[in-house]
Amino acid sequence: MADGTATIDAAVIERWIRAFAAAVAENEELLTRLDSAIGDADHGSNLARGMKAVLAKLDGGPPGGPAALLKQTGMTLVSSVGGASGALYGTFFLRMAGTAGTADGIDQAGFAAALRAGVEGIVARGKAEAGDKTMYDALAPAVDALDAAMGGDDFSGALRAAADAAAAGRDATTPLLARKGRASYLGERSVGHQDPGATSAALLVAAAADTLG
Amino acid sequence: MKKLINEPADIVAEALLGIAAAHPELRVDHENKIVYRADAPVRGKVALISGGGSGHEPLHAGFVGPGMLDAACAGEVFTSPVPDQVMAATRLVDGGAGVLHIVKNYTGDVMNFEMAAELAAAESGVEVVSVVTDDDVAVQDSLYTAGRRGVGVTVLVEKIAGAAATEGYDLARVADVARRVNAGGRSMGMALTSCTVPAAGHPTFDLPDDEIEIGIGIHGEPGRRRVPAAPAREVAEMLMEPILADLDFTGGDGVLAFVNGMGGTPLLELYIMYNEVATILAKSGVTVARSLVGPFITSLEMAGCSVTLLKMDEELLRLWDAPVRTPGLRWGM
Repeated sequence: MADGTATIDAAVIERWIRAFAAAVAENEELLTRLDSAIGDADHGSNLARGMKAVLAKLDGGPPGGPAALLKQTGMTLVSSVGGASGALYGTFFLRMAGTAGTADGIDQAGFAAALRAGVEGIVARGKAEAGDKTMYDALAPAVDALDAAMGGDDFSGALRAAADAAAAGRDATTPLLARKGRASYLGERSVGHQDPGATSAALLVAAAADTLG
Repeated sequence: MKKLINEPADIVAEALLGIAAAHPELRVDHENKIVYRADAPVRGKVALISGGGSGHEPLHAGFVGPGMLDAACAGEVFTSPVPDQVMAATRLVDGGAGVLHIVKNYTGDVMNFEMAAELAAAESGVEVVSVVTDDDVAVQDSLYTAGRRGVGVTVLVEKIAGAAATEGYDLARVADVARRVNAGGRSMGMALTSCTVPAAGHPTFDLPDDEIEIGIGIHGEPGRRRVPAAPAREVAEMLMEPILADLDFTGGDGVLAFVNGMGGTPLLELYIMYNEVATILAKSGVTVARSLVGPFITSLEMAGCSVTLLKMDEELLRLWDAPVRTPGLRWGM
């Protein structure tokens, strides 16, 4: 359907961010419950608080351009969430903003590149590797799937493939032994629990598939 | 869940209102959730800032005052403060001699203080040095985890580095003393019960009535193992064995022995634990030079305790004994 030059403007990015906020609100209890099993029982409430602050900023009149909007989202998350998730999600959106350029819109390849830059920012900040049982385990397969499917003319399908890969990556964290963050202190006892960070990260990619395609 | 709160979302803000009302010698920036000395910035003195999630009181706000911290940044319950708070605190207390950030080794704390230090360097030119505490011997395989956690030794670092700054040490020497305290300190904790994060509303983990968790962290994150409940004598052995195995505490100028309450344990029991700890130390040929007993780095209402040992020397003894006046620790002034 959409051709590779279709523009993703600030209104589209805003729809994505609002959809992610809605998904976080809807899954707040689930995220906190997962975090209570292998972390400190606050991932849902922290991320929900952050996304509420992001929405308040959007309601106050979003800034022009995708980059400004992504930057505002990242700064708001850094300032309002705290913990590792605030620094990591904040860094994700800030890095996306840094790659998105200053134009009124980015094309689909530009969005995929910005998404990858955001994920690389998470790696730089959190020093996670694949299989550490973190949000990276959902995001890495998602950006790989997106890039692999970008060649065609079906951006919707590519985003759906990314969301499916994120969900599969999220599910695959269950048998893993945590090696980063508070869950790592559990050692063997972290096995058998789905990672809360990978779970919220999968919501982020699913929201993109629902709104950007 | 029964707690003395109003709304879970207002806990930190309302506790800060209480701190401001109870301690007129301190100032509170309610917007940034910073507690700081009324006389800040102290000209020419290295300023000390710490911070972390709320729920560990008196750490950190209870240690703000002459001889200890200049400012403390309060995060949400069990959630690190954000870079904006740390930046604002750094600007508030910098007296021209630089600022030391004391950070417990938890992923979120380290990342947020790191972002704050990067921003401070880029924007204000204030010289910032960070010292990360990581004294918890319960964490094994540090290479495959986020590393040892910063726990009990953080209290001792804040006191001793605070005294060094008050004596006029420059930033590099204050940081050096702080690192030396961290390097010579080891801790191990245990829980009798879980804590309940107010926003979650139910206990963080299930611990049956007849079991205890050995090696617990200060957020209810589990430790090395779960064992049947045991008398204080045996619990003390379980905590002391890994500490004494990790570092040689014999000789020198003795140790500071610190038995800390996790929030829900009466002092009566902490003194029983201290007696057991002192007995084990005597048997192990370790001399006790100083002691500290009480709830100083807590985990909400968790019942349990931790033991911290710190190798002392002449300089650390002098700095430990130096006057301090904070809500949580006060002597000599």
